[in-house]
Amino acid sequence: MYAQMVKSEAAQDDPEKLAAFQARIDAGEKIEPKDWMPAAYRKTLIRQIGQHAHSEIVGQLPEGNWITRAPTLERKAILLAKVQDEAGHGLYLYCAAETLGVSRDELTEMLLDGRMKYSSIFNYPTLNWSDIGAVGWLVDGAAIINQVPLQRTSFGPYSRAMIRVCKEESFHARQGFDAIRKMAEGTPEQKKMAQDSVNRLWFPALMMFGPSDKESVHSEQSMAWKIKMNTNDELRQKFVDQTVPQIEFLGLDLPDPGIKWNEERGHYDYTDPDWSEFFDVIKGNGPCNTDRLAARNKAWDDGAWVRDGLMAHAKKKAAASVAAE
Amino acid sequence: MTRDEAFLQFLLRMGDNTLILGHRVSEWCGHSPVLEEDIALANTALDLIGQTQFWLGLAGEVQGDGKSADDIAFLRDVWDFRNLLLVEVPNGDFGRTLMRQFLFDAWHSIQLGHLMKSSDERVAAIAEKASKEVAYHLERSADTVVGLGDGTEESHRRMQESLDYLWPYVGEMFQSDEVDAEMVAAGIAPDPASLRDDYDALITRILADATLTIPDSRFGHKGGRTGKMHTEHLGHLLTQMQWLQRAYPGSNW
Ligand SMILES: [Fe+2]
Ligand SMILES: [Fe+2]
Ligand SMILES: [Fe+2]
Repeated sequence: MYAQMVKSEAAQDDPEKLAAFQARIDAGEKIEPKDWMPAAYRKTLIRQIGQHAHSEIVGQLPEGNWITRAPTLERKAILLAKVQDEAGHGLYLYCAAETLGVSRDELTEMLLDGRMKYSSIFNYPTLNWSDIGAVGWLVDGAAIINQVPLQRTSFGPYSRAMIRVCKEESFHARQGFDAIRKMAEGTPEQKKMAQDSVNRLWFPALMMFGPSDKESVHSEQSMAWKIKMNTNDELRQKFVDQTVPQIEFLGLDLPDPGIKWNEERGHYDYTDPDWSEFFDVIKGNGPCNTDRLAARNKAWDDGAWVRDGLMAHAKKKAAASVAAE
Repeated sequence: MTRDEAFLQFLLRMGDNTLILGHRVSEWCGHSPVLEEDIALANTALDLIGQTQFWLGLAGEVQGDGKSADDIAFLRDVWDFRNLLLVEVPNGDFGRTLMRQFLFDAWHSIQLGHLMKSSDERVAAIAEKASKEVAYHLERSADTVVGLGDGTEESHRRMQESLDYLWPYVGEMFQSDEVDAEMVAAGIAPDPASLRDDYDALITRILADATLTIPDSRFGHKGGRTGKMHTEHLGHLLTQMQWLQRAYPGSNW
């Protein structure tokens, strides 16, 4: 989600340094970890990159939900490879965040105790096999629309992480479309599953772009700093315009009766998602928030002895090699 | 038993091991102790499922009635499975999962080393490809077993408990029967019993580094690779794994 819920802080930095910093950004230079940066820039980036990393990690859960039930060996392999990629994305993003002076463990603690968020989409359940196709197609598809512009973001490590991540996300989106296409073109039951997925996941996917810009008070500073490259509404429109013809191609019914081509605007009109539902999900009241966080907390708590054991062993080995010198 | 019948059994044994272990390992997705392990476990499961496609694909070919690897994986019942009991036992904690992986990888790497020289070119080719993946699995599982065995008091205790729990499932890997005799005669696969010395040497070295004690008993449960008596766990695994294929037969996925 990436760009959703980003807030920037009122600047309290030296105005001269700030102006020079802004000039570098305006000139299209990349900011690197060792460079001076405003405290609010750093803080906003930590939040944004951290949330993105957490989303990759929590996002393993709804997809992992179907790994043991994947209907063929090939589908199981594709899904395993995808989930492995997502964990890899989490890893590069945590590394990018670490260059800003926060450790992966600190970020993890903030996820686990609810101080940091992850994408609202992963608080929705995956209920039938077709959801796995729909997640790749719609959710990774929406993520790509959010992330492609971020390849040009001003912070070097984030921009480089996005370039790498976007390549894999496009692959996921194509595979997802292929999976749901099999369903849409399959038996009546399979087609019913595909329709159910699109109906259920459409609005949550639209919410991935965050609330309307009219309500998003902090986006101006982030845009000036090139942490955010487009408004939420622009990106959402792009997603709708790209996805509606794909739904039609699949021969599925549109999930929103408000979808209509608007000749004058040159875009599809659509019904805005229910933002009160979105804010409920963000506050922790989505269908899966409690279970998702509980699963991550359990994994972390149950894994403590493993992390401690491996750390203790590494220390013993290091001590032994020093003693041998 | 004809040579083809024995060959089919042998291929099912190979493919069911990788299928069932791959399934078990994939259950960890999103729940492992640290991100690097999530990645490594997914990667291991992915390799094992890939190997399954080859072994069961060849099994279908040898069987000759048009069954695909998917038909074999998703449409048989418990008594048709030929995997070792070791790979079907539940994951337990992360320590048990990695100990099971190590005990299997050690056997698997030795077995594949022999199969690379198989008189059947198809078997040799699958073994060649799989052995590269399995060398990496073994390196990783051995390192983790050593790290956790020789880590903290708690990690040591848990790893010893895992070894004690899993040890009675090790012996089955080395039990030879008439299928194996036929494979040896055809030069397709080695006699399982002949792998035991190499296996013992390998695991004794690693488990000593891990400061773990190999149990005295040589008692081994059996019944997986012959299909005579699986554990109660396999049926539950299959109900999950096969559900979509069973509930919506004849669909394309
Ligand atoms: Fe991702
Ligand atoms: Fe992402
Ligand atoms: Fe993805």
